[in-house]
Amino acid sequence: MSQAKPYRVSHLDALEAESIFVMREVMAEFERPVLLFSGGKDSIVMLRLAEKAFAPARIPFPVMHVDTGHNFPEVLEYRDTRVATLGLNLVVASVQEAIDSGHVRELPDGTRNRIQTPVLLAAVEKYRFDALFGGARRDEEKARAKERMFSFRDEFGQWDPKNQRPELWSLYNGRHHPGESIRVFPLSNWTELDVWHYIAKEQIPLPSIYYAHDREVVERGGMFYAVNEFIRLKDGETSEVRRVRYRTVGDASQTAAVLSEADTVDKVIDEVAATRITERGATRGDDKVSEAAMEDRKREGYF
Amino acid sequence: MSQAVLENETAPAARMDLLRFATAGSVDDGKSTLIGRLLYDTKTIFADQLEAVEAASASRGDEYTNLALLTDGLRAEREQGITIDVAYRYFATPRRKFIIADTPGHIQYTRNMVTGASTADLALILVDARKGLVEQSRRHAFLTSLLRVPHLVLCINKMDLVDWDKAVYDRIADEFTSFAAKLEIGDLTIIPVSALNGDNIASRSENSPWYDGPSLLHHLEHVHIASDRNLVDVRFPVQYVIRPQSTTVTDYRGYAGQVASGVLKPGDEVLVLPSGLTSTIASIDTADGPVGEAFPPMSVTVRLNDEIDISRGDLICRPHNAPAVAQDIEAMVCWMDETAPLRVGGKYAIKHTTRTARTVVRGLQYRLDVNTLHRDEQAGELQLNEIGRVRLRTTVPLLADEYRRNRTTGGFILIDESTNRTVGAGMIIEAQ
Ligand SMILES: Nc1nc2c(ncn2[C@@H]2O[C@H](COP(=O)(O)OP(=O)(O)OP(=O)(O)O)[C@@H](O)[C@H]2O)c(=O)[nH]1
Ligand SMILES: [Mg+2]
Repeated sequence: MSQAKPYRVSHLDALEAESIFVMREVMAEFERPVLLFSGGKDSIVMLRLAEKAFAPARIPFPVMHVDTGHNFPEVLEYRDTRVATLGLNLVVASVQEAIDSGHVRELPDGTRNRIQTPVLLAAVEKYRFDALFGGARRDEEKARAKERMFSFRDEFGQWDPKNQRPELWSLYNGRHHPGESIRVFPLSNWTELDVWHYIAKEQIPLPSIYYAHDREVVERGGMFYAVNEFIRLKDGETSEVRRVRYRTVGDASQTAAVLSEADTVDKVIDEVAATRITERGATRGDDKVSEAAMEDRKREGYF
Repeated sequence: MSQAVLENETAPAARMDLLRFATAGSVDDGKSTLIGRLLYDTKTIFADQLEAVEAASASRGDEYTNLALLTDGLRAEREQGITIDVAYRYFATPRRKFIIADTPGHIQYTRNMVTGASTADLALILVDARKGLVEQSRRHAFLTSLLRVPHLVLCINKMDLVDWDKAVYDRIADEFTSFAAKLEIGDLTIIPVSALNGDNIASRSENSPWYDGPSLLHHLEHVHIASDRNLVDVRFPVQYVIRPQSTTVTDYRGYAGQVASGVLKPGDEVLVLPSGLTSTIASIDTADGPVGEAFPPMSVTVRLNDEIDISRGDLICRPHNAPAVAQDIEAMVCWMDETAPLRVGGKYAIKHTTRTARTVVRGLQYRLDVNTLHRDEQAGELQLNEIGRVRLRTTVPLLADEYRRNRTTGGFILIDESTNRTVGAGMIIEAQ
């Protein structure tokens, strides 16, 4: 078939089209979808895709923040502004409240990544959400690389990686019994670099901590943690002011910054393209626990 | 290492095209190792990933860094040294972005191989040079042709273990070519490789002076995929109706969906199925504004000039080029359920484009032996991983094309209504 016109789309447009398709499938087939919004760059991109999928109508589902209580103030502020601008309904599932009410117990080391899961699952049960959009990407981690676009969870929110539904073409099977749910990952096929190219193309504003800024940090195991109410200096440690940016935004007590001079989106793209360390490897204390830390957390119902 | 690979260290442009490919072949033929090698040689592996894989290899007592561990990410996979489910990996060169589906070779997990291959533009079938073609190589080659993956590459792997003997390569290449002649395979390329040592992966190897074809990476970067899409038959399955409940946007009614095939333009006369009503396209909208044309794989919102009742599951096409509106479907079905076989009389949910219906199996014409391609017409059922030709009757009409003409309007899945599991994949041969 020889065409006068090439009818080509760029890989970024193809990824966008796929994500929009997935979001519309969910809206058409589920009763109570919700979009998990952390204020991180992936969930911000996912929110933009939701805007585009249903325009000129509003985003037809609420967003939920599983709030560990360990937040970067810039990110909370961004979340609230964004939600207000888009006229969205925000559900906050608070880990702190769950601790205070005795629903979950604070871990001895004070980290809250793992105890997010029961809080998330309780909120899913309370609001009877049947589809949860997550911003996870397969390029992030080896267990995530195994995840389907539509990922089935049983009534305990558990993932069974050895027994996933076949997923052919773009025919997603979202059927489930009451109490079960589907996690949906519209960004499955995006890489960190794709996300940044898209942020540049769409001119999406981000919380300021994603760009290089001066910050008081302490170096631990080659990672640079902000010194603040969640991370205090231990004996023998000294802090210093360095120029840093965040590559991911997770729990503020466990997310590290990277040294960077990139104060614009184009400079970040250059840095991301040249980096030799993965996003999670450079920034997440929580993944270093064991070889299969992510798989284990996902089995329990983590994002 | 070729120039293309070195350039990869600079930022790839935001505008590249996309090639999806899947691995296939029998267990231990080296699929995961080959993907690991490709990622390694294109410098797609990060330092911390490599460290983790080196540490895992060392603790298992491997003599060399086992690059298969880059994709075998599940605990059970690492324990058993096999791939169980598809791993998706990504890399880019200045020419293309690649989405890789590394699939399992073990027969028990065939449905996961099918999952990975269903969306692929190209399949890489690996064969162990010492063993030659085995049943799984044939099964996967057959599945690839059944799924109509447009491009096929046969990698004759582990050439290092047969001293790069050209005679071994020729024998397997001949055997495969004659098997492939019985299948419908559009484009076949055969490459001798050592996934372990990286020969003919990212660059041509000195070990095979008798081979004058491209390296695998060169082939992946240059294979022509633009004309694989069907730009002739307009097929727009309606996914969702956008009707803003808003005071600022009033009277908006748009039909959202992804173009399955063909090119749509404002002003085009269209036929809506199953109603049979006609109208013209008023505009093709996106969040970035209206566009002058829409083609695959664009996700757009179509507005029509007439108020007609259209809902999810309907399809927009052209008046003189329409799919069948059919309740009687003949299809090849690949059965994927281990708990119960497909039997005549069985009832299932069927999902086809954006339409879901119920269906009953009216007949099983034959079951296919993937090794010999012999048709067993006496077969009474299809067990896990078996393939056969079935006749289905659906509760409502499907808006269907032959799968060979259209992978989107020709494919469907069967769902068990009690377990909700996806139990079958179907490729339509005839719809009426
Ligand atoms: N000598 C040699 N060994 C190889 C080569 N490629 C792979 N191997 C070895 O073959 C074994 C199996 O490799 P894998 O990559 O795990 O095989 P696979 O095809 O992914 O297997 P499944 O995914 O379980 O079907 C490993 O021990 C590899 O190191 C090669 O080119 N030469
Ligand atoms: Mg493998």
